Amino acid sequence: MSASLLAADLPYWAQALLRVLGGVVAVLLPAGTIVYVFLFKMMSFMQSRLGPMEAGPYGSMQLFAEVGKWLQKEDITPERADRFIFKIAPLVVLVSTFLLVAVVPFGPDAWFTNFEAGVFYMLAVSSVSVLGILIAGWASANKYSLLGGLRAAGQLIAYELPMVLAVIGVIIQAGTMNLQDIVFAQNAGSMFGWDGLGNPYILTQFVGFIIFMIAVQAELTQTPFDMPIAESELVSGYMTEYSGFRFLTFFIAEFATAGVFSLIASVLFLGGWGIPFAWFGWDTMDSVDNWMNVVGPLIMVTKMMLLSFIIMWVRFSYPRFREDQLQRFAWKVLVPVSLVNIMITAILKVAF
Amino acid sequence: MLAADLLVAQNIGFGIIALLMVVGALRVVTVNNVVHAALWLVVVLSGAAAQYLLLSAEFVAITQVLVYVGAVMVLFLFGTMLTRARIGAENDLNNKNWKIAIPVSLLMLGVMSWVIVDGFSDEKLIDNPGEMTQVPVQLISDDIFGPYLLPFWALSFVLLVAVIGAIVLARKD
Repeated sequence: MSASLLAADLPYWAQALLRVLGGVVAVLLPAGTIVYVFLFKMMSFMQSRLGPMEAGPYGSMQLFAEVGKWLQKEDITPERADRFIFKIAPLVVLVSTFLLVAVVPFGPDAWFTNFEAGVFYMLAVSSVSVLGILIAGWASANKYSLLGGLRAAGQLIAYELPMVLAVIGVIIQAGTMNLQDIVFAQNAGSMFGWDGLGNPYILTQFVGFIIFMIAVQAELTQTPFDMPIAESELVSGYMTEYSGFRFLTFFIAEFATAGVFSLIASVLFLGGWGIPFAWFGWDTMDSVDNWMNVVGPLIMVTKMMLLSFIIMWVRFSYPRFREDQLQRFAWKVLVPVSLVNIMITAILKVAF
Repeated sequence: MLAADLLVAQNIGFGIIALLMVVGALRVVTVNNVVHAALWLVVVLSGAAAQYLLLSAEFVAITQVLVYVGAVMVLFLFGTMLTRARIGAENDLNNKNWKIAIPVSLLMLGVMSWVIVDGFSDEKLIDNPGEMTQVPVQLISDDIFGPYLLPFWALSFVLLVAVIGAIVLARKD
């Protein structure tokens, strides 16, 4: 790889500090953008209203107003709650998001860690958030919270499986679990000898992409999969008893995870930070020019906005699944379809 | 062995994590709340994952998190919360045979230590720890689906038995 931006000659602690700062930016920036652009503005336009207009020009400072509002609210703990677990539960969910962003590559040298088994790591740490949601529901000492937590756990376990199986198709095709190598395989690849577009896996793994996006929608508990926080039945599920800063943590984690999953989906299916390498005559990872470290993150943000737009669009458009429909859909539709997808991918991989 | 050899970052990290795991393991059996016990078990299992990372066995560490923290413990907590999980202390959690468990676990510790010491004695996996690198995932899969294919299949039958058992238990008719 060409001379690295971060590895310039910095001591280990400075690199570690920069990586942590980069991680915070990579988590909070997408979360803020998604909340303002989609949750405040797009939802309002879809409902024929303007949304927040008062704070700042065109309501653009509304986000800071909201954060200020949440921070000055009282941090209430229910009297009969399990205090310690009640307090750490939102942090467990947020930490899982931070761990998730650690493997996302943003450019030829712009990555936090270059795990050999990056895809596998991503699936492992995303399942840790279930633990936080489950104990949040239990520790609140509230029957609605407990029901919400149990529903969330059941749903997240059910949709974890199609997500893993959908990603396996990509791994088979790329022949690697390293996210950086998957980006390379897509951009350096060619379709029937024509390399003008590379070989983005959304074309060959379209079924996998659809299953992955549905599973992401369910993992994020966004409508139509928002049974765990169904406000007409469960107040607001596992989040019912939380207020102030701790509610804000849940809120940030939800939309930051939406952003990070969009980033991961764009790496797996849309070619990640890369542009088709044939355009500039790059044929190995080392020959990629250094300016891609600046352009790459911008390409990633564009793709992230596109995918999270789809997530939010679906969220605002569809009514909620019933609990049994939701489980049946995961086990009887998504899992078999993704197993068939794996089989066909494997056969084609061996055949060609 | 000199003190300078022992006081490297990996050994210090190993000591801290090992201490945390021992404390966690003791709390699993002494704490008087089912959910707290399960959460201490999460601490122990994540500690094991951290130890694998220190040994640069990245793939095994991730598997540990995915299988034990992400799936087994979640199902465990799910099950306990669905049936009986009160907030606060419960007094009747101790099995009255707990004293028998102490010699049994000490015996297990002795047997396992003996096996490890007998099997490896002072053999080193790598002579120079500084050169330790990540084991490629391909090597692991080549081993599993090559010489160890038969044990791997045998293990999957264990899961099949559990699945059939669950269906038999759950069916009403």
